[in-house]
Amino acid sequence: MNDTTNHTTDDSTDHSTDDRTEDARGARPTFGQRRKDRIDQLATAGTVDDEPGVSLIRSAWKRLRRNPIFLIGAAITLAFIVLAIISPWIAPWDVTARPLLDKVRPQSNPVPGPEPGHFLGADDRGRDLFSRLLVGSRQTLIVGVVATLFGLLGGLTLGTIAGAVGGWVDSLVMRIVDVMLSIPSLLLAFTVASLARNPSQWTLVIAIAIIQVPIFARLLRGSMLAQRASDHVLAARSLGVRPTAIVFRHMLPNALGPVIVQATLSLAVAIIDAAALSFLGLGNPDQSQPEWGQMLGRAQPFITEAPHLAFYPAGCIIVVALGFTLMGESLREALDPKTRR
Amino acid sequence: MTQTQHTNRPRGGSSEPLLSVRDLRVTFQRQGEEEFHAVDGVSFDVRPGQTVGLVGESGCGKSVTSLAIMGLLPGRGNRVSGSAIFDGEDLLTLSPAAMRDRRGSEIAMIFQDPLSSLNPVISIGRQVTEVMERHQGLSRKQATPKAVELLERVGIPDPKARLLNYPHQLSGGMRQRALIAMALACNPRLLIADEPTTALDVTIQAQILALLKELVVDTGTALVMITHDLGVVAGLCDEVNVLYGGKVVERGGRHGLFRDPRHPYTVGLLNSIPRLDAARGEKLSPVPGSVADNLPWTSACAFAPRCSQVVDACTRETPQWEGDQVVGHRCFNPMGGTR
Repeated sequence: MNDTTNHTTDDSTDHSTDDRTEDARGARPTFGQRRKDRIDQLATAGTVDDEPGVSLIRSAWKRLRRNPIFLIGAAITLAFIVLAIISPWIAPWDVTARPLLDKVRPQSNPVPGPEPGHFLGADDRGRDLFSRLLVGSRQTLIVGVVATLFGLLGGLTLGTIAGAVGGWVDSLVMRIVDVMLSIPSLLLAFTVASLARNPSQWTLVIAIAIIQVPIFARLLRGSMLAQRASDHVLAARSLGVRPTAIVFRHMLPNALGPVIVQATLSLAVAIIDAAALSFLGLGNPDQSQPEWGQMLGRAQPFITEAPHLAFYPAGCIIVVALGFTLMGESLREALDPKTRR
Repeated sequence: MTQTQHTNRPRGGSSEPLLSVRDLRVTFQRQGEEEFHAVDGVSFDVRPGQTVGLVGESGCGKSVTSLAIMGLLPGRGNRVSGSAIFDGEDLLTLSPAAMRDRRGSEIAMIFQDPLSSLNPVISIGRQVTEVMERHQGLSRKQATPKAVELLERVGIPDPKARLLNYPHQLSGGMRQRALIAMALACNPRLLIADEPTTALDVTIQAQILALLKELVVDTGTALVMITHDLGVVAGLCDEVNVLYGGKVVERGGRHGLFRDPRHPYTVGLLNSIPRLDAARGEKLSPVPGSVADNLPWTSACAFAPRCSQVVDACTRETPQWEGDQVVGHRCFNPMGGTR
């Protein structure tokens, strides 16, 4: 086991590119079909057990520990979470304070530049940009995590029902899920978010949670079906275990692996979507709670004079989303039986 | 001939059968495809304390037979007929809920692959106590000392520590022992073992077989042993049913069947076992062809294309059962009968 670990870590990146080229060949599937296939592919990942004696999680960790991609992703994610938690205490200025108000000249200098004590300068209202960026991580994290949690909860419920009951219930649930998947997700989120009379961060959370539900539902249903056909479920049935116990004790815990991996990937998407929605003004209008997408939206009128006002929040969004994606992808690869040798 | 008949009779044939399978048929049908008769009129009896073997190669219907008796076949796409009388009740007509109550408490099953048959995310102890909680109404606390006892009985060293282990932490033999412990948790009267030693290496196989034999003798449990390994049959079974293409083609007591096999398929199976007393370099003689060559039972003997003793009648009509519920065969031109 020890001597093969090196190879596996090195090869894992090559392998994933192979998979991608394979997907690109042949007839071009439709957008919705491609998404469904991808979700179904994920369903098989992480469900197969490892060789005897080594638990799945331990062997995956062995691989992850030496994977630089995972380490970078995890470092970014960890730094982001820590910052989001402690930002109100370490931010040099209050986010509502306007220390550079008298430097703002609407005609000649709408956005004050950097100066001692304000090393990124201020925004168009004279508020310290660095402090707002720091504190903005908090809203971003809350919206991303809570939306993904809600989406996960909804997806788990639907996926469990579909995968456990089967038959016409399965067909009904999955057709609804397919309809939701066929609508481009950001468009669906816009539609849901624009229904709210008073937009707030909860509008964002609900809109993004709704677009996550079908992904989790389909994924979980797939791995529940795989579990239903597994030997240990047959063995449990042969011992007369009740159906509810089979679903919740024998199928669901074993089917969760790929869903958890998908959740880390979904966090990145949720963060980007949340930023997109609040950029368009569908998010929290309350400026005492800065949010990167909202800051990005407010930077629009000044893009020619002060492009940095847009670049900083945009950069933050990109880096954080990248962190979650790198971590999620390497997690998926480590748990995928196909990349092991 | 009378001599043969006499020795062919298995022992323990006096008491009432515990399980009596009559004319069991399982037909699979997928939409737009032809029907497939996986089990085609199988009948056999199992008496308390007796070990009955179902022998045959892959695809002969032995596993499907056991799943049908247990009521574990997938709900759609199959049709089961016939009867399986267990303790006066027909298992095939019981409601799913009633069947669930019997499974694990009255009838239990041991599977082929001990690793995949254990739930990887729950501890061994939890999996053993689960059965007792389910059928005996015990709390987990009450069931735990019993689980320790059970694990000890199936030969797992340091059972207390093993309770907290997960399946991946046990060796293959240990896992099979744990599975046996789960099956025995509620003292079932009938145990069905579906190739319990196939996934194990030979030394462990011998240990597991010895354990099964011990448990059958000690508890008086009836055992249905499903296997393709005639060595297992020779060591364990009182009565042997040789299945081919979903039908029983020969039945007899262990000693009789091995000494004087009548059906050419049984002879073929026996000849294909490597023997220690064979000359060095001598080739094994397998049964030629594969199950894919089978003829339909309705108009011929399914085994005819692979048979060394084939006569004209074999490809024209269905061979009928020659014998009774204890000894018999299904062949137009049986072997050894001239003696």
